[in-house]
Amino acid sequence: MTSASSGRSLWVRHQTLEKNSILLLIGILIAISFGGLVEVLPLFYLKSTIEKVDGVRPYSPLELTGFNIYVREGCYLCHSQMIRPLRDEVERYGHYSLAAESMYDHPFQWGSKRNGPDLARVGGKYSDDWHRDHLRNPRAVVPASIMPGYPWLEKTPLDPTHVAEHMSTLALTGVPYTKEMIDNAVADFWAQGGSDEASPDLLKRYPKAIARDAGGDKQQLTEADALIAYLQRLGTQVDFKLYDDKANIR
Amino acid sequence: MRTSEIGLIIVFAALALFSLLVASKAYDPGYGFHAWLFVAASVAAIFAIFNRYHSRPAEPPPQTIDGKPNYNFSQVRFLSLAAVFWGIAGFTVGLYIALELAFPALNFDLPWISFGRLRPLHTSAVIFAFGGNVLLATSFYIVQRTCRARLAGDLAPWFIALGYNFFIVIAGTGYLLGITHSKEYAEPEWYADILLVCVWVTYLLVFLATIWKRAEPHIYVANWFFLAFIVTIAVLVLGNNASIPVSIYSPKSYILWSGVQDAMIQWWYGHNAVGFFLTAGFLAIMYYFIPKRADRPIYSYRLSIVHFWALIFLYIWAGPHHLHYTALPDWAQTLGMTFSVILWMPSWGGMINGLMTLSGAWDKLRTDPVLRMLVVSVAFYGMSTFEGPLMSVKEVNALSHYTDWGIGHVHSGSLGWVGFVSFGALYCLVPWVFNRKQLYSLKLVNWHFWIATIGIVFYISAMWVAGIMQGLMWRAYTSLGFLEYSFVETTQALHPMYIIRALGGGLFLVGACIMAYNLVMTIIAAPSADEIASPGSAPAFAPAE
Repeated sequence: MTSASSGRSLWVRHQTLEKNSILLLIGILIAISFGGLVEVLPLFYLKSTIEKVDGVRPYSPLELTGFNIYVREGCYLCHSQMIRPLRDEVERYGHYSLAAESMYDHPFQWGSKRNGPDLARVGGKYSDDWHRDHLRNPRAVVPASIMPGYPWLEKTPLDPTHVAEHMSTLALTGVPYTKEMIDNAVADFWAQGGSDEASPDLLKRYPKAIARDAGGDKQQLTEADALIAYLQRLGTQVDFKLYDDKANIR
Repeated sequence: MRTSEIGLIIVFAALALFSLLVASKAYDPGYGFHAWLFVAASVAAIFAIFNRYHSRPAEPPPQTIDGKPNYNFSQVRFLSLAAVFWGIAGFTVGLYIALELAFPALNFDLPWISFGRLRPLHTSAVIFAFGGNVLLATSFYIVQRTCRARLAGDLAPWFIALGYNFFIVIAGTGYLLGITHSKEYAEPEWYADILLVCVWVTYLLVFLATIWKRAEPHIYVANWFFLAFIVTIAVLVLGNNASIPVSIYSPKSYILWSGVQDAMIQWWYGHNAVGFFLTAGFLAIMYYFIPKRADRPIYSYRLSIVHFWALIFLYIWAGPHHLHYTALPDWAQTLGMTFSVILWMPSWGGMINGLMTLSGAWDKLRTDPVLRMLVVSVAFYGMSTFEGPLMSVKEVNALSHYTDWGIGHVHSGSLGWVGFVSFGALYCLVPWVFNRKQLYSLKLVNWHFWIATIGIVFYISAMWVAGIMQGLMWRAYTSLGFLEYSFVETTQALHPMYIIRALGGGLFLVGACIMAYNLVMTIIAAPSADEIASPGSAPAFAPAE
């Protein structure tokens, strides 16, 4: 068969698809399935996808509430949470991000644009008071900042009525919240936000959780408190003094 | 009454009652407001079906009249006007958030208009509201014309047109109230997604059923692209929005995927929202309107076959280029980069096919500003589909990622390609479906073309400069080996570029307002096509229906 005639037959054969909408539809479905199957599916079973590290735990009830405020306000549109292994990024923001560090983020907050700096390791870099001032009016602490003010966060009281429902929903998606964690959600919520010292129970369930007495009256916890609890946790889970990146070469 | 009417009334009555229950127990006032909107929309739908029943003829409309197909353009008329409305709204919000980045005081410390809530409103309004209505309008028009068959369905096309726009209202007001998935271009929450899936499946069925009625043996190439667009968007939306609601009384849901898998699925979706919504769908528009307007056949039928299959096969792989140097495994990043570079070829195959269709008709660019708009859109398509593969190379991406270069790239594609091909299509479509002899003013089209083109040039050059400058400043070191600039110094350096960008966006908006005026005047003041055909028969100001 010459190449010219085989070429012609190919065009003729293509007419079958041009004349049958269902075959065309099936052809389209086949054509678009390869990329997704090859790129997405292995991520769910290749063990190398997420590093084995110590210290990454699910969000405490207060931190989860803060995470949801971060999600609600669309913070990811201006702040990435993904430090790339490039010299300047590692020096500016800290150790490059690991896949394990966002494994309990539903949805992921890696972001795609930096109108402001990366926040993957912002936890512990600034004081709670700095964050409070900064959220109220970013230009009070960074005069050239272009971030919007979020003064309503510290005026909106928190109500943890539904936080256990949130946690049991997340448990359905695979976050390892135990029954004990879900049952104690409201108590842990107040334990973390209403006292300066983390209770043993809270620390047992959520190691390294930082408790803070936000203003003294525990009934006055606000959205700003939850958001700050979330921000102060960011990037602090893995102890990079102990982390062996050679063990996780992928 | 027909069974379809009775069935729909039952469905909407059930939806109204269910929404009433949800409204009474909603956890969140914003969600309660949405539940009331669902009640109102369901009641309005029931009323509209009754109203239509009383005024419609008993017999279904004939499929053909005197041997010619009896086309149904009533939804096309609604959808093209909706596209113009949402276009102006979306461009205005875009201009506003551009100004917010230059002058943060414009956030006014108010939750509803803070950048993080308005930015999804802008992207959804331009992509899904403006672009989506253009795609619905043109696909309903093209599939009828190229199949020479009346649009399938009686109430279904209206359910698609109105349901889709109701989805947009729910999604958009949700963002302002803080109801969002916060996944880029997939922000609507679970209940809005369910509505969208109902609308979209109906859309697929109506589109297929119209193809099944065709009088032409071959399915025209534009319809392949529309079919790929409809089917793939359905697959992508279902995959990326798979989520579990906290409760039926809560607007909040959690995505099934997390972290690195969620990132991959998000950009598998996100890049192919570009590939199938903003590319395949609008290529279908190109494949109908450019040959029509230029009055030439498509340059190469074989090229259209090759580039169609290559484009849809390759696009799906390109997502990981949004995740270079992240915690996504390297093998996936490398695959994404490789396929993105290869994707350059089928993209330019489409561009060549569109541009070369003008062979023998290039002189029309001098006299027809509508054709000029369509052709320049294809040129912008070629430019941004070259820039995309370039930016997907890891070394380039190390500089461009996280900067305004990405924003510039998106806008050369969306303003230049999607915007202009949509404007060109609307300028053709509105006189056709409103039965007007011609546009109100070609001179105004010319003004629109030049003002918008200058606006795009301002926009994308400002963003190139801003992006490359910020990328270089982030990685600049002093002679002593310290990082030279703090983050906020790079922000300060962008200020002039942000003002120029807002100026460019403002010009684009002015152009769109000129178009809106021109199209409205076409509908109310241009002479009817029938009147020219048989002088003296009908009054000039006959209602549009």
